[in-house]
Amino acid sequence: MTSPLAWADGQPGTAPSGSRRLVDLIFRARELGIIGVLAVFVAVAASVQPRFVDSQNIKFVFSNTVIFALLALGETLVVLARNYDLSVGSVLGLSAYLSAHLFSQVHGIPIAAVFLVGLAIGLGCGTVNGLIVAVARVPSLVVTLATLYIFRALDVLIIGGGMVVAASLPGGFLAIPTSSAGAVPYLAMVVAGVVALGAYYLRSFRSGRELYAIGSNPEAARLAGIPTGKRVFTAFVASGAIAGLAGVLWAAVYGTIDSTAGYGYELTVVAAVVVGGVNIFGGSGTVIGAALGALLLATINQALYVLGISSFWDKAIDGLLIVVAISLDHWITVRLTAALRKRSLQHAT
Amino acid sequence: MRHEPTAASLSRPGGQPVGAPSAANPAANRDVTTALPEAPLPAVQAALAPKTETRAPNRLRPLLRWESALVVALAATVLVGAATSRQFLTSANVFSNVCLLYGELAIMTLPMTLVILAGEIDLSIASTLALSSSLVGYLWQQGWPMPGVIAFVLVTGALLGWVNGALVTRLGLPSLAVTIGTMTLYAGIAEIVLGPAIITNFPSSYTTIGVNPLPGTGQLLSFSAAVFIVLAVLFGVLLHATPFGRSVVAIGFNKEAALFAGIRVKRVKTLLFMLSGLTGALAGILYTFRLSTAESDNGIDLILPVVAVVLLGGVSIFGGKGSLAGVVLAVLVYTSLQSALLLTNFNANGLEIVTGGLLLLSVLVPNAGQLASRARSLAGRRRLGVAAHAQLKDGTP
Repeated sequence: MTSPLAWADGQPGTAPSGSRRLVDLIFRARELGIIGVLAVFVAVAASVQPRFVDSQNIKFVFSNTVIFALLALGETLVVLARNYDLSVGSVLGLSAYLSAHLFSQVHGIPIAAVFLVGLAIGLGCGTVNGLIVAVARVPSLVVTLATLYIFRALDVLIIGGGMVVAASLPGGFLAIPTSSAGAVPYLAMVVAGVVALGAYYLRSFRSGRELYAIGSNPEAARLAGIPTGKRVFTAFVASGAIAGLAGVLWAAVYGTIDSTAGYGYELTVVAAVVVGGVNIFGGSGTVIGAALGALLLATINQALYVLGISSFWDKAIDGLLIVVAISLDHWITVRLTAALRKRSLQHAT
Repeated sequence: MRHEPTAASLSRPGGQPVGAPSAANPAANRDVTTALPEAPLPAVQAALAPKTETRAPNRLRPLLRWESALVVALAATVLVGAATSRQFLTSANVFSNVCLLYGELAIMTLPMTLVILAGEIDLSIASTLALSSSLVGYLWQQGWPMPGVIAFVLVTGALLGWVNGALVTRLGLPSLAVTIGTMTLYAGIAEIVLGPAIITNFPSSYTTIGVNPLPGTGQLLSFSAAVFIVLAVLFGVLLHATPFGRSVVAIGFNKEAALFAGIRVKRVKTLLFMLSGLTGALAGILYTFRLSTAESDNGIDLILPVVAVVLLGGVSIFGGKGSLAGVVLAVLVYTSLQSALLLTNFNANGLEIVTGGLLLLSVLVPNAGQLASRARSLAGRRRLGVAAHAQLKDGTP
């Protein structure tokens, strides 16, 4: 039998239904685990400081999460296929500045058009990444580390010393992140919808499943007839496009955009993805987990703030969380593999 | 065939078994790590490629070594730099714009080279620098004597590295994920240790290293650059001339094979991470004294440039391939290019485009041969396809 983990990647017909159920349960349990940790934090923070669950604070957490949740969605597509996109922060910065700059360049430009421009910028950057990775077949970690610098430098060279200030942005644009139904911003609902679509795609579409297959074993996936180059290319294009969209949202959320927008986001996004239970070497994980990872990081930081713990503890706790999350994830995977092997032996005899 | 490897026998499709070069020539065994990835093309591709070209890569390989390309790049940079600015070759420029600015970055590339060669990565080294810098400031503030501070910080650095190594080897976690975590964790501990404080009252006997060139080096070298040179020699010997260094490469090339060859893979990796932490701490001490400032985010942005320079030096991100000479050359290319551009009033913040461009070239150029051969085989396949199609068309009516 091949690696028992291959079943977890949803290759049909190889897994007996018993272990299938077990796998489903444990994968659901992983997301449940994040929700559990989230609930504990919220409960502790709320019991100490009731202000934590007032609508203002919840709104703040959500608007902090949406951008990272979107970026985590794109990053997950890439990481699942055993690749990395380190350029997301720079793409976000480039898109944020160029799209927001349009408002002062083209008077009365519709907001939707600005979003399209941001999307196009992201698509362009993602295409560059995807082409280099898929055609030249060089490691994406290196390629996107290079484009991280190149896109950021383009950003700096275009902006010079300038910046876009909130006063030059239309009120309708700045209202996007703040308008809400009760405590939940509309934007958070839209992003949740996008993440749900992403989850549905990865779960039920052939090309989505193929990303898992590529991440589990690129060589085997290629031999099985999966167009690995094309799929990896598409994942990078999608990640770039999402980062482009996130850039426009970033501009709406923060209002003031200079050349440092999104600086250093890449490793935070990877951290959210890893905390969300996506295997750093691809092949397993879900976008819902990754989005929950982003939500967890944002919630913890806000909880510390509300509890009056010095913000100097934020980073250390984030770091500890990442280390604990990957250790736990690894522990579960080892147990899962052992359980599946036992099942497969029972099934065989 | 083996005793007379003529051009004819080599150019025969499939007439060059994978094992032949090393079996015929024991000296080639030593180079097996670099030779294998470019192993002869599969028979199919060889058959499709024009026959005379099978030999060309063998003859050109010594010339195409990445280190040679870096030497050319370095020479070009120095020539262009000297041509565009009179200041470029002055000792003041070399001292203050190259040695002082990039000393710590250069030092950190050395352990990073070894870690990447072993097939791992340590993204936490710049955070180790920051934490060490914070500790120097904090302990000095607490009234510790400076030698005690330095000793404590170095030991702490090695310990931080050990934590990485233990997580990677004992728990079997991927170092990419572990060190993204500890990168944040160590930077976070640095913030807890020092908070918003900025400590600057260090004794001037230590902070002169940020102002004065090292005596006896002709006003050229900073203290950190001298440390880099000494360490580069030490690391070079360690990597290329000791069993430990060879086992590092072996692990990176094939972990299982290294294990079966009796190499204590876990111990070697743990030691590498400890070395990385120790060197990061040393860089942190130097950084603090150079700027005469301890701050919790000192040098935190150096992590990606450090990785970029190592990869630019021709070290494979997958491990097992690369040399310390390449990395030292890459340090020289990177720093001289940056200082040349600074002198030509290039937008200082746009300099990163150079880092990115060089990095991209460093992965694209060595792969250009493979890319070309793949393009050829693709074109060949298309030709075959067209021919088959034409045949089909001719045959069917």
